[in-house]
Amino acid sequence: MPANAFNGHTDLGIGLRVPHYRHILEKKPVCGWFEIISENFMVDGGRPLEVLDSILEQYRVVQHGVSMYFGNADPLNRDHVKKLKRLVKRTNTPWLSDHLCWGSVDGRCSHDLLPMPYTMSVAKHTAQKIKQASDFLEVPICVENVSSYAEFTQNEMTEWEFLNEVVEHADCGILLDVNNIYVSSENHRFDPFEYLRAMPHHRVGQIHIAGHQRFEHVILDTHDHPVPDPVWDLYAEAIRLSGNTATLLEWDDRIPSFDEVHAEALKANRYLHEHA
Amino acid sequence: MSTPSQLSTNADLRILQRNMAAALMQPLTRHDGLQSRTQVDFITPNDRLSGFQRLEIYARQYWFRLLDCLYDDYPALRVLLGEMRFHKLCRDYLAAHPSTSWTLRNLGSQLSAFITEPKARDVARVEWAQTLAFDEPQKKTLHIDDLLGADPSALRLGLQPCVIALRIDHAVDHFITAMKKTDADVRSGASQAMSQAPTRAAIIKAPRLKKEVLHLVIHRHENTLYFKRLTREAFLMLTALRDGLTLADAVELALAEADPTTDWPVQIRDWFAEWSQLGWFCKPSPQP
Repeated sequence: MPANAFNGHTDLGIGLRVPHYRHILEKKPVCGWFEIISENFMVDGGRPLEVLDSILEQYRVVQHGVSMYFGNADPLNRDHVKKLKRLVKRTNTPWLSDHLCWGSVDGRCSHDLLPMPYTMSVAKHTAQKIKQASDFLEVPICVENVSSYAEFTQNEMTEWEFLNEVVEHADCGILLDVNNIYVSSENHRFDPFEYLRAMPHHRVGQIHIAGHQRFEHVILDTHDHPVPDPVWDLYAEAIRLSGNTATLLEWDDRIPSFDEVHAEALKANRYLHEHA
Repeated sequence: MSTPSQLSTNADLRILQRNMAAALMQPLTRHDGLQSRTQVDFITPNDRLSGFQRLEIYARQYWFRLLDCLYDDYPALRVLLGEMRFHKLCRDYLAAHPSTSWTLRNLGSQLSAFITEPKARDVARVEWAQTLAFDEPQKKTLHIDDLLGADPSALRLGLQPCVIALRIDHAVDHFITAMKKTDADVRSGASQAMSQAPTRAAIIKAPRLKKEVLHLVIHRHENTLYFKRLTREAFLMLTALRDGLTLADAVELALAEADPTTDWPVQIRDWFAEWSQLGWFCKPSPQP
């Protein structure tokens, strides 16, 4: 999978969030594309789909999911992927992303992005499920590295070695979240640049940037602040290594005005021009 | 079951995930902490946090996220019960009914059945109905002209899934209207961490919830939610049609104890004209 082969999408996008609906629909601001949370639109009717259809009339949309849970020991949820496929047909998303994590077992859902144990057997199991999902959905899949606050005693490899194994076995793309790399590197004391250098750069189809919150003993991936400088530094390196890549700013809590979020996203242009 | 020290098979992975899920989903302590007896031997400590403390971060996130969802979906119930009783109810409910759906939208589906107090149960029923009315499908609408000439003894009609009819014992519609609840937003489903327990503006003084037998329809029209009160007879007819009875049988059931002095043919014609205009009817689901 060559670098940035995701249908020519290499510009900046913004996460579509409820507080901005009115502004976007009325003002129609210039924006490369919007990323939607798939689950918010996997419904059968009502305002969510009306809003989505209005957005689709004006903008390109890329789907990002939070509940595929490729790392679950359980098989893929059929009801979920069927609904997801209906949405894929509606949005014509050029690719679809979800997280490299697990989140439910025996039908009980945590609604969280729980960290994976980094072992070869788990990598192969996870890759197989990504392949199954991609085959069924008939759209390329990018898996996103998550922020984590805990590691398993069973780990046999680093997170980046695990990510490499998964994407090579699944032959899929990567949604590289540089904020998540930074958060995890601080929580687990590793060199985030080593993580970046070890990536299969040709598989990076999209990049996420976001802010976080630092507490006394841990950093949490809260998506409620502007992108801090260390994350911009990682972004610059990621662009240098992977080339000009579709980039998305996530801002999910204490959401400011659309213009403020847009201005924060546009800061990425500086790095794209300098490093690509 | 103890967690395997190596994960060689999918069965090993499942045991690890079961043990971690059990740790996260058990109720938090009074101080929002992880229960002290929790098994944490599968989590590595680091130079700042023990395995217990690291797992506790995820336990808090689990509970705060799900509580936050119930706070979003049941604002009227929160006002009725007050902060402390509502919070305890949510914690007890989640402990008894962990989420079994990939979407948080379904988290409160069992809440009204879990509540024993009649006022609170009625409010929860109406707020769950609002969730359904918000995004259930609107099938192709049947109009009154589509029904002309049909044989009432054979005619069956379906009710739109986004039209929910409830018989309740309290004036929940007025209670919610008095709260000026807004229904227009979709739930956030993003992936960010939850760093703290849900907080909201202080609860407003609860409006009075009057005891009153109500035949209430919660429905969506042009993507806005509405309440509509029906007479007993109209409600019986509508729900009979929803439940698969023919038009003739629905009329018979609805009017079995009705006032004989009322001009029912005119009433029924008016109901159908209005319900049809609101787009409440669709083709019935195939009979099992």
